[in-house]
Amino acid sequence: MAVTQRHRISIVGTDIEFPCPETMSVLHGMAQLGRKGIPLGCRSGGCGVCKIEVVSGEYERAKMSRAHVSVEDEAEDRVLACCIRPKSALEIRVIGQINRAFPEQTKTKDDGAAIPPA
Amino acid sequence: MALTGITRPAHAQIRVLDMDKAVHHYGTILGLIETGRDAEGRVYFKAWDERDLFCLVLRQADTAGIDHFAFRVLDVATLDQFEIDLEKFGVPVQRIPAGELLGTGERVRFTAPTGHVFDLFAEKEHLVDPERLLNPSPWTNEAERGIAPVRMDHALLYGPDLEGNLELFTKVLGFRLSEAAYLEDGTTMAVMFLSCSNKCHDIAFGRFPEPGKLHHISYRIESWEKVLRAGDIMGMNHVPIDIGPTRHGITRGCTIYAWDPSGNRFETFSGSYDPYPDWQPIRWTIDDLGRGLDYPQQKLHETFLTVVT
Ligand code: FES
Ligand SMILES: [Fe+2]
Repeated sequence: MAVTQRHRISIVGTDIEFPCPETMSVLHGMAQLGRKGIPLGCRSGGCGVCKIEVVSGEYERAKMSRAHVSVEDEAEDRVLACCIRPKSALEIRVIGQINRAFPEQTKTKDDGAAIPPA
Repeated sequence: MALTGITRPAHAQIRVLDMDKAVHHYGTILGLIETGRDAEGRVYFKAWDERDLFCLVLRQADTAGIDHFAFRVLDVATLDQFEIDLEKFGVPVQRIPAGELLGTGERVRFTAPTGHVFDLFAEKEHLVDPERLLNPSPWTNEAERGIAPVRMDHALLYGPDLEGNLELFTKVLGFRLSEAAYLEDGTTMAVMFLSCSNKCHDIAFGRFPEPGKLHHISYRIESWEKVLRAGDIMGMNHVPIDIGPTRHGITRGCTIYAWDPSGNRFETFSGSYDPYPDWQPIRWTIDDLGRGLDYPQQKLHETFLTVVT
């Protein structure tokens, strides 16, 4: 039986690490373990909340909304975590820009996202 | 109540990133019936119990989201009158020629203050098996294929100017407010639910900094048990679920929110209630919006506030 390869995903500047099977998106790998760190949205490349920068490592990508990932972004490894599958260990940084409904009432300091290092 | 003016939500045209995946999702998993493809490559679907040729149009694009949402009006004279009324109210309108969408007559198009494009039309072909009109069975094989909603029911759209939309929809288009949630000041609306029938909502809007956003398109399911069945089918097919199965406090609908393969949220929904035109709207406070959204879990899910296309 073929063994699924797993790769370590680490979010730089935080102590968040989780293993992700090669067959799963980085976001789904995190979510299905009940872990947090990358904002969780549509998991389908449309909403843009899971945007990350891959600092190191190899990955495969699926189609992503151009509203959130430009050609230049893609060339510079700024991608959607729900649309990439790891081919090696990955170091990533969370860079998602999140718009929020009625922010005055609902904004909290920690929305479950990893605070990117300054 | 006699249905005049706008009679129903009729269709949504949405953008998808990968047409094959989208067609599989809406045709096989949601179980809508594919009813046509046009020269532009758009794909049309209807629900099994609908008579109109389509309730959903998919357009391949490099972004997700909604192109337009449409309402069917009673007849051509009503359509012409809405065009006059909209212009009188200061809303620019545009005529989209008959046939631009398959089997559909002229549409009157306008952009609402929240930035969403709406179309009104009077004519669209019906596609009904004649057997369904004479001594029909209560349901068909199509009613069991995939999730199989009976119809497209409503949409929730996000944008900044809710007050502008409330004016336009109630003063010009004949809608009325059935429920609304208010921010701390008790007067600024966070979310509002509008009816053009005696359904609790035919269209809803949420306050959001960016205009023209899609929160969800909702499909009507006949029972709570079938909403649970929809959840099982989503699990079987790895459809990412956002919230549910649970019940909204607002509208009392039993619900699942989930995402299509392009990240457009859709809802499978049953229950709710039937308000009449003389009913006073129901109010929700920001402090209880958690139960408004998810009554048993009593919390405001982060994704409800932040995830749109
Ligand atoms: S979660 Fe929506 S784009 Fe990744
Ligand atoms: Fe809904």
